[in-house]
Amino acid sequence: MSTATEKPKLAVWKFASCDGCQLSLLDCEDELLAVADAIEIANFAEATRRVVDGPYELSLVEGSITTAHDAERIRQVRAQSKFLVTIGACATAGGIQALRNWRDVAEMASVVYASPEVLETLATSTPISDHVPVDFELRGCPVNKKQLVEVVLAFLHRRKPLVSAHSVCLECKLRGNPCVMVAHGAPCLGPVTQAGCGAICPAYNRACFGCYGPMESPNTAALSAQWSAMGVPDRDIMRAYRSYNGYASPFREESDKHDH
Amino acid sequence: MTTDPSATPPRNTRTIKVDYLARVEGEGAMHLSVRDGRVDDVRLKIFEPPRFFEAFMRGRHFREAPDITARICGICPVAYQMSSCHAMESAAGVRVTGQLRELRRLLYCGEWIESHGLHVFMLHAPDFLGYPSAIEMAKDHREVVEMGLKLKKIGNDIGNVLGGREIHPVNVKVGGFYKVPSKRDFAQLAEDLKWAADAAEKTIRWTAELPFPDFEQDYELVSLSHPDEYPMNEGRLVSNCGLDIAIAEYEEHFQEEHVPYTNALQSVHLGHGAYFVGPMARFALNFEKLTPRCRAVAREVGLEASCRNPFRGIIVRSVELLYACEEALRILAQYEPPEASSVEVDASGGTGSGCTEAPRGLLYHRYSVDENGDIAEAKIVPPTSQNQKTIENDLRRLVPDFLHLDDEGLQWQCEQAIRNYDPCISCATHFLKIHREDAPA
Repeated sequence: MSTATEKPKLAVWKFASCDGCQLSLLDCEDELLAVADAIEIANFAEATRRVVDGPYELSLVEGSITTAHDAERIRQVRAQSKFLVTIGACATAGGIQALRNWRDVAEMASVVYASPEVLETLATSTPISDHVPVDFELRGCPVNKKQLVEVVLAFLHRRKPLVSAHSVCLECKLRGNPCVMVAHGAPCLGPVTQAGCGAICPAYNRACFGCYGPMESPNTAALSAQWSAMGVPDRDIMRAYRSYNGYASPFREESDKHDH
Repeated sequence: MTTDPSATPPRNTRTIKVDYLARVEGEGAMHLSVRDGRVDDVRLKIFEPPRFFEAFMRGRHFREAPDITARICGICPVAYQMSSCHAMESAAGVRVTGQLRELRRLLYCGEWIESHGLHVFMLHAPDFLGYPSAIEMAKDHREVVEMGLKLKKIGNDIGNVLGGREIHPVNVKVGGFYKVPSKRDFAQLAEDLKWAADAAEKTIRWTAELPFPDFEQDYELVSLSHPDEYPMNEGRLVSNCGLDIAIAEYEEHFQEEHVPYTNALQSVHLGHGAYFVGPMARFALNFEKLTPRCRAVAREVGLEASCRNPFRGIIVRSVELLYACEEALRILAQYEPPEASSVEVDASGGTGSGCTEAPRGLLYHRYSVDENGDIAEAKIVPPTSQNQKTIENDLRRLVPDFLHLDDEGLQWQCEQAIRNYDPCISCATHFLKIHREDAPA
C-alpha cells in the first residue's frame, strides 16, 4: 500500500509471449518519463536491471503459461501483487502458441528441436486466469497503448478502467469506415471481436482478423452462417477463429464446430 | 555467493550465474565458470519457453504467414513480415517492384529507427554511463533521453501511417499492402524525419564519446549485400571470409544445432563456426552503400568499416539510425502512390526462402506450400540464434580481463557484452543476476 510519501510500485512480468505488449509501455514516448515520476517502476526487466522487492501495487502480466515453472511463478507474482492485470492476447487467452492445444506437443517439439526430450514444456498454452485470480484483462495482440495507460491510471486511482466491451463494428461506424463485409464481401471477424484497436484493419481495406478476441456475448454462430453463405469453406472459418485468441471459449467452441 | 575474487588464491574456481538478463527482449540467463583465470565454461541460456511456431504454422494458409510470424517478436515484427512475404513470393516466382518495393523499405526504415532508438537510448547507453535504466539516466541526461524517445516515436510513426499500428502492423500482405498511403498521409512524417536525421547525427557524436573497452576481435561478419543499396530486403549473403551465396543456398552453408541447455537453436557457418550478424556486419560489408553524410560523420568520429569492437556497435547502430532517416526521406521525396496496392501471388505448390535484415541481423525464412495453399513446412532462423555462439565466445575472451572486478562489476560487464548484440530472446528465446561460488580447485 502506498502512502503520500511513497510512490506506488509497478511490476511487469513476462511469460510466453513476443514482448510486444510490454514494449507498448516503452512506446508511450510522450508519457513514459511523466509516468516514471508518478510511480516506481519496481520490476520491469525489459527496461531496467534494478529490481525492487514486492509487494507491488500493480502487476502487469504479459504472456501465457506453457511450463510447470511458469505455472508456479505466476502464483508467486499473484501473492506479491495487490492488483494483477493481464495485458494482451497471450495472457488473456493463451495466445497464438495455444494452437498447440489442438495438437500433440511432443510431435510439435520434434518438428523444431533435434533433442525435444530436454525441453520443459506443458501440453497446453493457457491464459493467466486459468491459474490465479485476475483483476482485469486487457485485450489485444498487441494491446492498444492508450488503453494500457488508461488501465494503469485507473488501478492507481482505484477506479474502473474505461474500456468498452462492444464490437469492432461500432468503432468502424465511429471511424466512418465502409463495411468491408457488405461493400467488398470480405469475411470479417469485426461483428464478434471486441473493440479497442480503433478498427484499423477495415480502415486499411482489410477484414478484421480478431486480434482483440471475442466481445461480450458474441453471436459467432450467426457470423459463421453468413460466412458460409458467402462461400467461405469450413476450414477457413475454423482457421479464422483459431488464431491469436483461438483458445478463448467463444472462439474455441466456434472453431471446433468447423473442424472436420 | 561470494568473496572478493582478488582475495582468493589463483587456483580457485569462480562460477558466475546471471539468472535473468535485463534490458534484452525475452528471457535468458548466463552461466560462467572460471578456473585459474581462464574461462572454463560459458553458456548463454535461453529459457524463454518454446512456442513452436515452425510446428503450428503447418496447416495454416500461406497468406497468414506475415501476420502469424510477426507474433514471434514484438520488437521487430516488420522483419518477420518482410522475410515471410519474400519467401512466399519466391515460392510463387513473383517479384514485388517499384513503389511497393520502396514502401516495404520505408516500413523497414521505421522499424530500424524504432528498434535502434530503443536499443541505443533505453537498453544499451545506460550501461556505458552506469545507470540501471534509461529512466534513471534521464534524471541526469534528460535531454538525451527525450531526444531518443522522440526519435523512436518517429520510427513508430512510420509504422502507424504505413502499417496501421507500430507493433504487429496490419497493412502488410504477401504481394504488397492492403492499402497504400496517399502523399498527403506522409506530409507530417517528412517534416519529422528531417529533425530525426539531425538528431541521429547528434546521437552518433554522443555515442562516439562513450567509454569503450579495448576489445577488438576477429569475427566472420555475415550480412546481405545488394549492388544498389544498403541491404534490407534483398541481396546476396556475403561475409568478410569469402562467402558469397544466394539466399536460396543459405541452408547449404549454415546449420542450426540444438544445444541441450538452451531453448534456442544455435547456428554455425559450416566449416567456419561461429559468425556475427547485425549492424556491425552490415556496416563493415556495405560501408560504401551508406549515404555520403553517414560515411562522413562515421569517419569524423573515427568509426571505420574495419571496426571489430562489438561495444562500439552502439555507434554503428546510431549510424544506421541516420541512414534509416535519410533513406526514409529519399523514399518519401520520390513517392507516387502505385495504382495497385499489391500484386497477385499464389505460392501453392511452391517452396521459397526469404532473408532480410532485421534491426539485429539476418532473419531467414523458408516455406513449402502444398497444392491447397497450406504451409507444409516452415523454417525460421532468427538473428539471435545466429549470434549466440559469438556472444559466448565474446564472454570467454572478455572475462579474463575483468576478473579484478567485484561480483556486481563483473556481472554488469558481462551483461553489457551480451547487450552489444541487442539480443532478442523472444525471437530466439531476458537478463542477469550473478551467483558466484569460489571453491578451492
